[in-house]
Amino acid sequence: MEKLLKIIEKYSFNKELIKDATPDSRIIADLSINSTRIVDIILDIEEEFNIEVEDSALAKMVTIRDVINIIEKK
Amino acid sequence: MRKRVVVTGLGVVASNATGIDNFLQAIRCGQSGIKFLPKLNELKFACQVGGIPDISKPEHLEFFSKYHFEDASDNVKYSTLAAAEAWKDAGFDLPDPIDSDTDYDTGVIIGGGVGNIDVFTDKIIPRIESGNVRRLRSNIAEFTMFSAASANISFLLALGNQVSANSSACSTGAESIILGVERIRHGLAKRMLVGSSEIASPYVWGCFDSMRVLCRGFNESPQEASRPMSATAAGFVPAAGSGVLLLEDYETAIERNAKIYAEVIGTALNSGGQRKDGSMQAPGTEGVRRCLAQSLQDAKIEPQEIDYICGHLSSTMADPIEIKNWAAVLGRNGHDFPYINSLKSITGHSLGASGTIETIAAILQMHHKFLFPSVNCNDVHPQISEIIDSKKITHSLIENIELNVVAKASFGFGDINSSLILKKI
Repeated sequence: MEKLLKIIEKYSFNKELIKDATPDSRIIADLSINSTRIVDIILDIEEEFNIEVEDSALAKMVTIRDVINIIEKK
Repeated sequence: MRKRVVVTGLGVVASNATGIDNFLQAIRCGQSGIKFLPKLNELKFACQVGGIPDISKPEHLEFFSKYHFEDASDNVKYSTLAAAEAWKDAGFDLPDPIDSDTDYDTGVIIGGGVGNIDVFTDKIIPRIESGNVRRLRSNIAEFTMFSAASANISFLLALGNQVSANSSACSTGAESIILGVERIRHGLAKRMLVGSSEIASPYVWGCFDSMRVLCRGFNESPQEASRPMSATAAGFVPAAGSGVLLLEDYETAIERNAKIYAEVIGTALNSGGQRKDGSMQAPGTEGVRRCLAQSLQDAKIEPQEIDYICGHLSSTMADPIEIKNWAAVLGRNGHDFPYINSLKSITGHSLGASGTIETIAAILQMHHKFLFPSVNCNDVHPQISEIIDSKKITHSLIENIELNVVAKASFGFGDINSSLILKKI
């Protein structure tokens, strides 16, 4: 989760929100991130964790926990 | 009745200085921003000199990072820096990027000559050609838009009036000011941030190099390359940068007790239609003279009232023609001609950005009562000295001079002309 938050932080306009984030935080709604940036978060995750995330996973990525689940399944 | 329009904020990113205070200091000293560029030498350009602004200071990088402009075109970087400076100079704070209200009374028009092509050449083309379209990233589209600078400034300042971009080659900058003036005059906005921006790119400059219109003989002495009004002027020196002005409805500015630099009292825009002696590349006499005369008429002033002309003067064979046109329209020759200088002698020619950067220089000279040195023209072109007394060219710094009314005209490919008359109030 630490690695993931570091990625997400780059796209937020309010870094304080990232410090208080929990697995249940919604990436777009709670962390002050433009919704189109989810694409960039996926690209960063692919590079960081050396995995490939299908485009179909995009819709399922709402909370931090959702993303962690996707990474762990790979 | 039309509203009066005043200038209440200035911001600049130029090849010889970034920020108004530095720029003021630089133009006073005639400090050149033109350098030898090894990249142009590698690429076998005939012209290997140019003017590129420095936006690499820690405060610039912190600004780009805070607002997520790191991947943007230099157009967006230059103009957001200049817009933020103009906004703060006018006495406003930068709003929170998320939690702030939209200002529906203020709009933004930032133009350019060629646009954000660095995003295409450096990012999009290499990634798509190597089969990596999937890895282009989500912010690439917003930085390709011709309106990218305006849209990002709208985001930066939460601006909710007109948000768009204009383009008319080297007339772009002066045109953006005129478009903003018109909107305020009609009562459609209280404030307009207007300006223009141009990137440094071998893919743009190469087109002019191949036309043989860039300076080729001064690669060893870059600071002497831009020689407006000189007998040895041999082509312009390409440059990059951005200038942004905050225009404001006079009454609104007075109400909030704003610092007022100048009033924009007259404007005119036209094209010679590329007929007679006008062409795609050359401004035709008839169109130019109509434009200059219309701006005087719009300002309701007599030719004799013009104290100073901030020239377009790009260090080409068109310099004597520009002087001839002003002399004819004003009916003033010899020692009676107004003072004149060329900012391009020290910044180079930043194409679409030049009109706003030069208007800012004109306003600063009026506000601080000086005329900057127009360098490299000790050998005044004989066709110029035939018309005006060469003492009217500011060869060196002139201090403590009252400039009440100044004129600024720009001319662009497409036979496009724009002229502004500014007055101290």
